[in-house]
Amino acid sequence: MKTIKTIGLIIFFIGLAIFSALPILGNYQLKAPIFKELIAEKNIKSAIFIKNLEDKTFNKTFNGMQSLSPVIAEIITNANKYHIKNKEWSKKIYTKTSDMSALIGKKSAIGFIPNNKGLMWFLTFGLGIIGALLFILPNVILLGKKGIKNNGVYHESATNRGWIGWLVFFFLVSFYIVLYFGSEYATNWTFLVDPISKFLSGNPAGHWFVYGFMYCVIMSVMAIRMYIKYRHNMYQVFRTTSVLFFQIVFAFIIPEIMVRLQMPYYDFKNAFPLDYDFFFQWNLKDLLASGGIGLFILIWGIVLTLVIVPIMVYFFGKRWYCSWVCGCGGLAETLGDPYRQHSSKSLFSWKVERYLIHGVLVFAVVMTGLTLFSFFAETGTVLGLKVSSIQTTYSLLIGSIFAGVIGTGFYPIFGNRVWCRFGCPLAAYLGFVQRFKSRFRITTNGGQCISCGNCSTYCEQGIDVRAYAQKGENIVRSSCVGCGVCSAVCPRGVLKLENGPEDGRINPTEILLGNDIDLMDLLNKK
Amino acid sequence: MEHIVIIGNGIAGITAARHIRKNSDKKITIISTETDYFFSRTALMYVYMGHMKFEHTQPYESFFWKKNRLELKKGFVNHINTDTKTLEFLSGEHFSYDKLIIATGSKPNKFGWPGQDLNGAIGMYHKQDLEKLEELAPDNKTCKRAVIVGGGLIGIELAEMLRSRKIPVTFLVREASFWNGVLPKGESTLINEHILDHHIDLRLSTNLKEIVSDKNGNVKSVIIEETGEEILCNVVGLTAGVKPNIDFLKPSNIEIGRGVKVNRFLETNIPDVYAIGDCAEQHKPIGNRRAIEAVWYTGRMMGETLAQTICGNKTEYKPGHWFNSAKFLDIEYQTYGWVFSERHKNEDEHHFHWRHSSENICITIAYNKNSKLFLGINTFGIRMRHEIFNKWLTEKRNMDYIMTYLKDANFDPEFYKHYENEILKAYNLEFETAILPVKKSWKRIFSKA
Ligand SMILES: Cc1cc2nc3c(=O)[nH]c(=O)nc-3n(C[C@H](O)[C@H](O)[C@H](O)COP(=O)(O)OP(=O)(O)OC[C@H]3O[C@@H](n4cnc5c(N)ncnc54)[C@H](O)[C@@H]3O)c2cc1C
Ligand code: SF4
Repeated sequence: MKTIKTIGLIIFFIGLAIFSALPILGNYQLKAPIFKELIAEKNIKSAIFIKNLEDKTFNKTFNGMQSLSPVIAEIITNANKYHIKNKEWSKKIYTKTSDMSALIGKKSAIGFIPNNKGLMWFLTFGLGIIGALLFILPNVILLGKKGIKNNGVYHESATNRGWIGWLVFFFLVSFYIVLYFGSEYATNWTFLVDPISKFLSGNPAGHWFVYGFMYCVIMSVMAIRMYIKYRHNMYQVFRTTSVLFFQIVFAFIIPEIMVRLQMPYYDFKNAFPLDYDFFFQWNLKDLLASGGIGLFILIWGIVLTLVIVPIMVYFFGKRWYCSWVCGCGGLAETLGDPYRQHSSKSLFSWKVERYLIHGVLVFAVVMTGLTLFSFFAETGTVLGLKVSSIQTTYSLLIGSIFAGVIGTGFYPIFGNRVWCRFGCPLAAYLGFVQRFKSRFRITTNGGQCISCGNCSTYCEQGIDVRAYAQKGENIVRSSCVGCGVCSAVCPRGVLKLENGPEDGRINPTEILLGNDIDLMDLLNKK
Repeated sequence: MEHIVIIGNGIAGITAARHIRKNSDKKITIISTETDYFFSRTALMYVYMGHMKFEHTQPYESFFWKKNRLELKKGFVNHINTDTKTLEFLSGEHFSYDKLIIATGSKPNKFGWPGQDLNGAIGMYHKQDLEKLEELAPDNKTCKRAVIVGGGLIGIELAEMLRSRKIPVTFLVREASFWNGVLPKGESTLINEHILDHHIDLRLSTNLKEIVSDKNGNVKSVIIEETGEEILCNVVGLTAGVKPNIDFLKPSNIEIGRGVKVNRFLETNIPDVYAIGDCAEQHKPIGNRRAIEAVWYTGRMMGETLAQTICGNKTEYKPGHWFNSAKFLDIEYQTYGWVFSERHKNEDEHHFHWRHSSENICITIAYNKNSKLFLGINTFGIRMRHEIFNKWLTEKRNMDYIMTYLKDANFDPEFYKHYENEILKAYNLEFETAILPVKKSWKRIFSKA
């Protein structure tokens, strides 16, 4: 069994190594037809750009994106400098360097990688999946009898912020940086999944498709790990199945098929304000231009946030979204599960959390308010603020850096819910409802708590569950995403997630159950 | 300002301190020789097993003590002079008090086995024991086998700990079946089987004769009393129960028996000196309880109660209905009310036992055979609601009632399989009744006794 695991790990690392090397491999050759296509597609009017591109790239072979992308960057910069000087705005190139490089890369790649997509897919994704499964499946036997198996979590380098943890951190952060800020380096990755993309939407894959596909693959593989680890716990099994379903079907497949049907790309479960650009001008225009389905999406998006979300939170707590449906939550609960213990439980973190998450919510709401105002008033500036710069700032700081680079990259260091806990504006909104108007609570079982601390340690949202449980109090906290792990790891059967009447949901106690009844009544009534 | 001094920073001492602080402004000092901060002793095992770090066992962050003006002092109290109201530390230092709370907990029993103090023979009670174990048994290369002596709750926890590092374990249990002084037969059998399933070499009806030393004074092996067999090992875990940690009181005027003798107000024979937690011994046991109750919950309850007295609201220690819980490897156990083992139950106590055909799940309900009055329940592998059973015990419900409304009591996580119908079927069969199950009702669950 151990050997199978080791072989699995080796195979996985081979796949990962090839995948990681791809951004800097491959050859690119720009030829006339590709060139014409590009000019037409991007509607390029800059003669300088065209000339320079011809001079510097025509019939040359570039080895790896790292040699092509700087050349393109330079050409764009030079061209734009000239056009800005001459105030020739219509000629200026507005496409970002990395997008332009990605586009050129995608069209001009030659050689082994674009010619052997299937094989390359197997050598990266294929080996990764096979290796990971070989590593995970033996746990069915190795973990022994069903039950909570957290043995060694704090002894292993991977899960105890050791060097493996830091390596994972480094890899994830680099990956997100490529994804958000250097998409041209993802060009080779897009070839791996081109066939799948063509099959689904009919279009070749872009880097976001790579991400979406990878997301589903990683979640599926890590969901298998969850199924094995928590095979005794039906709540975990159901919940994992649910997030997996919503990710694959709602976030991945349906939007691609909609594109094939000439409809707007839309993830029906992605609620505003997590879906922060839902009300951006371009999206509204897009939707309004898409006929009936566009209008339907617009109404659905609004109803989802204003009606469905709060009503569901009232009945089931925010868990129905955060740990049963949401994609960010889905990744956190699968890929992130091994790191859940790293969320800080200190009072200080709780304070930071409240400032940050509510700050982001305010930011998102204000931004959307300004956006809508500017949309209806048909102006670009509101109260002297340039709406598009606010949007760009939000997209960069919150959408990319916070949600992506920090949110996922920091799993091995700060735990798997960094984004959900400190940043997600939707979570903040759901949290209000959950805290003040909901039937959901984690019930504490009388006086049975022995203050062992398992629940707090494994709370991914950094809630000090024990602080409530040891006082016999139910846990009613806005940040709780209802993952159910505190209840799973509690060795004394103290915690139960449940939906019940609002009366009796919050139960401050002074004296614990089990002590003299008169004393309890006397003090608890006081 | 009155100065309350508490010896012992375990659950009893800390609970008392917290509640005194809540109700008063008195000066409070907590003394301990073991650790700087309060930690949960019950979680020691999880540190060795790698589920948690030691810091996770501390329920309060370090700012808590300062914020609540709870002064912490590290040191070993060597003697108490009750005439001058001073404590004498091992370091020679003196320290005075106005009121003293003794909450010094327990220490492992040692029954005078030859070799019991060798390097490698350890108890599992204090943080220092954990550190020692980490040193003696970091892995299965350093510790090729461990022998555990004494089949109680701490013994089985120690076995689980060592197994988590794949160390072979031999488990010597004096009784003919695991913990059968407490558990009825069906449950004790279930646990026997489960222990074997975990590849623990369980030896029932087996006593330790002696621990053999190598030439360096380390444990080399143990010899079995009954067979004379020698078992080679590097670690011997002595987990044959605990006793009050009160040797330092012997020269003082405070009356001691096995523990510090206290009355129902937790007062000792000396005014202004109290004792709570594991180290306190009631003059007369309360109800079915033992005179010394060495469990977490009672320590906490005594702390809550004594704090009232100290703050001027003189209160008797009146624990409610008995409850407890534990975990045997993978099987959770909860108990409410009294279920006695065959060894200890009186003849009016009868049991209804149900066990799942394949899973490690079972329950035993004790009742009075004449009146069918419900006495208590043991549950294995099913979680049940404390509030509900507490209420049913107060309301003196009978078996038929319990069976009818059993669904109210279920506390398993959502989507778990429910067994109430199966249990009821078995009950109807055994008692020739035709009770129909009633659906769970929040209204009943929240209604007060
Ligand atoms: C491994 C293990 C698992 C357990 N699991 C459970 C469980 O699951 N459920 C349950 O109900 N109970 C359990 N128990 C029992 C429970 O932990 C004890 O009942 C409880 O901790 C007793 O608390 P206490 O406050 O009375 O004393 P303690 O926690 O023992 O604290 C007493 C403190 O006083 C200090 N002290 C003693 N003498 C002196 C002195 N002269 N000077 C200064 N300091 C001194 C000691 O060093 C110690 O730190 C477990 C015990 C162990 C060891
Ligand atoms: S895991 Fe259970 S027993 Fe341990 S502190 Fe949390 S609620 Fe209490």
